[in-house]
Amino acid sequence: MPIQFYDQQVSSRFLIGTALYPSPSIMLDAIKASGSDIVTVSLRRESGKEQAGQNFWSYIKDTGARILPNTAGCKTVKEAVTTAHMAREIFETPWVKLEVIGEDDSLQPDVFGLIEAAKILTEEGFEVFPYTTEDLVVAEKLLAAGCEVLMPWGAPIGSGRGLNNVYGLRSLRAHFPKVPLIVDAGIGLPSHAAAAMELGYDAVLLNTAVAKAGDPVLMAKAFAMAIESGHLSYVADPIEKRDMAAPSTPVAGLPFWNQEHA
Amino acid sequence: MNLTLNGEAIITKTSTLAELLDEQGYGDAKVATAVNGTLAPASFRGATELTDGDAIEVVAPMQGG
Repeated sequence: MPIQFYDQQVSSRFLIGTALYPSPSIMLDAIKASGSDIVTVSLRRESGKEQAGQNFWSYIKDTGARILPNTAGCKTVKEAVTTAHMAREIFETPWVKLEVIGEDDSLQPDVFGLIEAAKILTEEGFEVFPYTTEDLVVAEKLLAAGCEVLMPWGAPIGSGRGLNNVYGLRSLRAHFPKVPLIVDAGIGLPSHAAAAMELGYDAVLLNTAVAKAGDPVLMAKAFAMAIESGHLSYVADPIEKRDMAAPSTPVAGLPFWNQEHA
Repeated sequence: MNLTLNGEAIITKTSTLAELLDEQGYGDAKVATAVNGTLAPASFRGATELTDGDAIEVVAPMQGG
């Protein structure tokens, strides 16, 4: 079942980052194992002498994946907007994962700056993927600013804590049934990603949990299976929880049955 | 002319952004540029005159999450 972000259809619900891998070849193998159609990348200062970014780019373009450039580390609207402009030119895509970071310990989004930057960028034709919190009012304002995808955090970036506010994420899903929602950040285990998908999220974006695993390639595969599994579970409509047991084996015709069983 | 290039002070005799990139060894590198916090599009680098005190950013693709 393909998923659509803006006017682009992709088949994988796993968006993967390109940072923190032990080596470029492990990164490429992990991206391949993930089955991801979309990879996130960033922009950093390039030295005329070393040109480290040129090497990286030669690896990434060979993956054939769609590029989602981020504005990671930007702390002001102006920085984020200019970074988006530079990303659009260099990657030739209207897509941008918009981050405006508000606080260093939690790397949590400055949602006020985020909404302002999203408005500027969508008016300029960008297709914005905002990294936000699970706050409903912020989500409303991002949609009003022209965003057609929302990316609430699971937990602080790189923390591996999973879904810190399941209630909030569930509310967001229920409130915006038609908007593509991606849990971005804080995922540590495949079970966290499966849980996000079981809540009805459309996709999961993660990086550290794969890149810093002992075996990133195997972990990429584990996440791919969990994300697919969680999605299928959501579509398949799981049973409700109940407090007491309900026998799965039919009771009728039980041998040795007598009145004492009743 | 005194400039700031990626946060470091430099002295250059070049007068346009295109010349500066050439002088600094970028060659045909895939980079994007900003002057004083605003995008300087690649197609305008030759016409982008530099002024003493300008802050130039030159960025390239990099790993990101």
